[in-house]
Amino acid sequence: MLTLVVLIPILGALFVGLAKAGHDRWVATVFAGIPLVFLVITWTRFDFDSDAMFQLTETATWIPTLGVGWRMGVDGISLAIATMSALIFVAAMVYPVDTKGRPSAYYAWMLFLEAVSLGLFLTTDLLVFYVFFDLSLVGMYFLIGRWGHGESQLAAMKFFVYTLAGSLVMLLGILALYTATDPLTFDMEELINQQPLAGNTVRGGVALLLIVLGLAVKTPLFPVHTWLPPAHVNAPGPVSAILAGVLLKMGTYGLIRIPFSMMRESFDRFALVIAIVGVVSILYGSLVALGQTDLKRRIAYTSVNHMGYSVLGIAAAGAFASGNDAARNLALTGATVEMVAHGLITGSLFLMAGSFWQRTQSYVMDEYGGLSASAPKLATAAVVAAFASLGLPGLVGFVAEFQIFVGVFAVFPVLAGIGLIGIVITAVLFLQMLQKIFFGEPAGRSLSFADLGKAEVAVLAVLLGLVVFLGIYPRWLLALIDHTAAVLVGAA
Amino acid sequence: MPIGHAGPEIAMIVGAIATLLFATFASQRFQSWSAAVAGLTLIVAAAEIARIIDLEQQVTFSGVWALDDTAAWSKMIIIISSGLVVLMSPDWFHTDQRHGEYYAVLLFGGAGAMAMASAADLSELVLAVLLSSITGYVMAAYHRASPVSVEAGMKYFLIGLFGNTALLLGATFMFGIAGTTRYAGFAPGSVAGAAGVIAVVSLVIGLAFKVGAAPVHEWVPDVAQGAPVPSAAFLTVVPKVAALVAFARLIPAVSDEIAWRPIVAVISVATMTIGNLGALRQEDVRRLLGWSSVSQAGYGLMAVVVVDRTDFAIPALLMFVAAYALANIAAFAVVAELRGLTALDHYQGLGTKQPLLAGVLAISLLSLVGIPPLGGFTAKLELFTAAIDGGYGWLALVAVANTVLSLAYYLRVLEKMYLQPVENDVPARLGWRVTVAAMTAVILVVALGLFAGPVLEAFESAQLLGS
Repeated sequence: MLTLVVLIPILGALFVGLAKAGHDRWVATVFAGIPLVFLVITWTRFDFDSDAMFQLTETATWIPTLGVGWRMGVDGISLAIATMSALIFVAAMVYPVDTKGRPSAYYAWMLFLEAVSLGLFLTTDLLVFYVFFDLSLVGMYFLIGRWGHGESQLAAMKFFVYTLAGSLVMLLGILALYTATDPLTFDMEELINQQPLAGNTVRGGVALLLIVLGLAVKTPLFPVHTWLPPAHVNAPGPVSAILAGVLLKMGTYGLIRIPFSMMRESFDRFALVIAIVGVVSILYGSLVALGQTDLKRRIAYTSVNHMGYSVLGIAAAGAFASGNDAARNLALTGATVEMVAHGLITGSLFLMAGSFWQRTQSYVMDEYGGLSASAPKLATAAVVAAFASLGLPGLVGFVAEFQIFVGVFAVFPVLAGIGLIGIVITAVLFLQMLQKIFFGEPAGRSLSFADLGKAEVAVLAVLLGLVVFLGIYPRWLLALIDHTAAVLVGAA
Repeated sequence: MPIGHAGPEIAMIVGAIATLLFATFASQRFQSWSAAVAGLTLIVAAAEIARIIDLEQQVTFSGVWALDDTAAWSKMIIIISSGLVVLMSPDWFHTDQRHGEYYAVLLFGGAGAMAMASAADLSELVLAVLLSSITGYVMAAYHRASPVSVEAGMKYFLIGLFGNTALLLGATFMFGIAGTTRYAGFAPGSVAGAAGVIAVVSLVIGLAFKVGAAPVHEWVPDVAQGAPVPSAAFLTVVPKVAALVAFARLIPAVSDEIAWRPIVAVISVATMTIGNLGALRQEDVRRLLGWSSVSQAGYGLMAVVVVDRTDFAIPALLMFVAAYALANIAAFAVVAELRGLTALDHYQGLGTKQPLLAGVLAISLLSLVGIPPLGGFTAKLELFTAAIDGGYGWLALVAVANTVLSLAYYLRVLEKMYLQPVENDVPARLGWRVTVAAMTAVILVVALGLFAGPVLEAFESAQLLGS
């Protein structure tokens, strides 16, 4: 079943790309929707009492001499993120976009990207993980370069070069880890059980540094985030939503999956450093976002900020030697919820940014004003998303950030205190954005602005509905994530 | 000394003579039938290799000829590459009224390369290198009326002269020091001192010429740009494959008294860096492929550096040469199919106008970068693993930096083909055989990645005998 989750979008991509049957958007939506259905079924079949590290596993041999196999399986964390990703993909397919006269190629690449993204979250083989990690770059490169606007070719190139550099550095780290396994294997479960570099201070440190650096590029963390703003600004709205909602998660998910789980000893030694990088990203991301006059750039930088929360939580949870299992468990759960929350919230914000571009080809906030009069539906959605993003209680962003900070306070109290400043700045920047665009006297481009269409409303209603639902009733998501987080921090 | 141990080479030489005779007596109308004779020869040679792979791996003919699986697999790669070049040649040369001899020259060149892969003796090596070089000059300058082609041949010849002389010099010094030309006869510790350094450095330069590695790499971009495209495909692949294996066989036989490992590591770094820097600003696709081929040789040398230090090295070397050879031939076949179209600007919008050819070129370039799940990825994965496992982690790091650098120019081609608007006319195509060659090569590139399991399992048991 998990294999099918990867296979069906691939087949869909081939069908949409080659068959030229028309109705590409709806065909693509169906192909994108099947994996979502399968993942929801997987969720219902998930065994909360099981002690197994990965459930519903499927394996096939691929390169036996290297210990590489097609291994699929889920734990609570990967299932939560994969399901959220599948949902974002369906939303991005349905959301209207200008495909520049080449819909079949556009939707084929989107489906391809869905397959590799879900594959990355569902595989339990480290090399297959890397394969999907790299392939996501290829898909994104073409989507930004062909269907973007402005300096999209340059942005696509920068994105590819930057993130490939990151992934290759990570590959070296992975190989340093892999060559220490005995017998040689890329099986994640084996790697977690073996902790191959435990007791090897130098090599463990170098491997950790390489892997974390590679993942930091993808996440992105300060100071290796510079590819992100141009990529976001020049990409079409739904592609930005995928980039922020799904691709960035690969960095933080990788952080939990690889160094956190497979190199506990080294991770513990560097937990404070990683936490500091996280806090710097929180502050830097929010301050730079505050300085942006471009709507999409502002949202883009809040991603640096939000991913910083997630990394801070993971780092605190990874301070294994500090004891305090309950707090670390809380931090890891919060970090994972943050990923889901950020996917839903920022995904919707970027989709809305896409609606702006579709209508006016401008992201400059000063050119709008009082938009709530002419576009009340858009205004409502934007207000919900912005409040969720700044962490208002009752919405899912709060659930995530509250747990992260409670957890981090027990481990790194000073850093948690500094990180809280980021929340304040985020609140300022979102309120200012809402005020500039939506409130006050209607002016500039707002005057003849058409409100959201049916498809747009439907998509945003589902995503933001979940944001509210999970904010009020998080138990449903927390149960799943907590099940795995407890095992990973060693509290279970 | 069963003569059958040299079966594939004998088949190649007999076939080459047969092709030559056929071309001499056939009328102009039947000249391209020489390709069929050559193709038949390659099939017989491939069958001979299939037979030899089942034999016990050994050094034969009184210790001058290594009959191991490393040689056998690299010969198989040479034959497949030659076959693809033969397939694209009749259409390319159809205006040349007497091109039948081309196939004979190609087969001789292939035989030289195959002998190079098996050589476990310096005289044998020199013989093989010379056979491969001399035929190479002819192939590069085959368009005798074209100044560019003749210039490419001339440059290849001049640098080749230097390289081959260096090889001879090295062989002579080695004979003087060790009293034998057999690799197995170089006693541990015997190759040392000033004479030893001269011997090793000369041999390294001699082989570096064939590999297309720094400091004797300058012929590669010229040949890639100026030679007839099938010759460019052949010369940037076949001698390199053979020479990398010859390199890996010879160098460890010389004892560690001379610091050959760092020397080769430095050459590897220099080669990949120079190649990538050279390609970075190219506006000419054929020249770009030439420089890219230089940088690829640098990656291949990584396996040579750690060849006797880790079990990953030989599978890495074989996987690399296979993936490189096929991807490079696929790329050149696309260029040939577009009638040698060489200016990067003319590739603008190719993704829309010739989706199939653009797709082949894109996949082969992505494989050269090392994007999974293509063959080039498996190759780089193996190379990096070998380097790290062999204690050369820094070399892997340099290779990573170079891979990122190389992405810049490979992406320029992709960008032209896919991201920029369609402006110029549809480029004319040459003939269906060339498309078949390109498709075959690219399918094999993809297969090397997707079915890496069985391939690596086959390479796993390969030994490298002679030292």
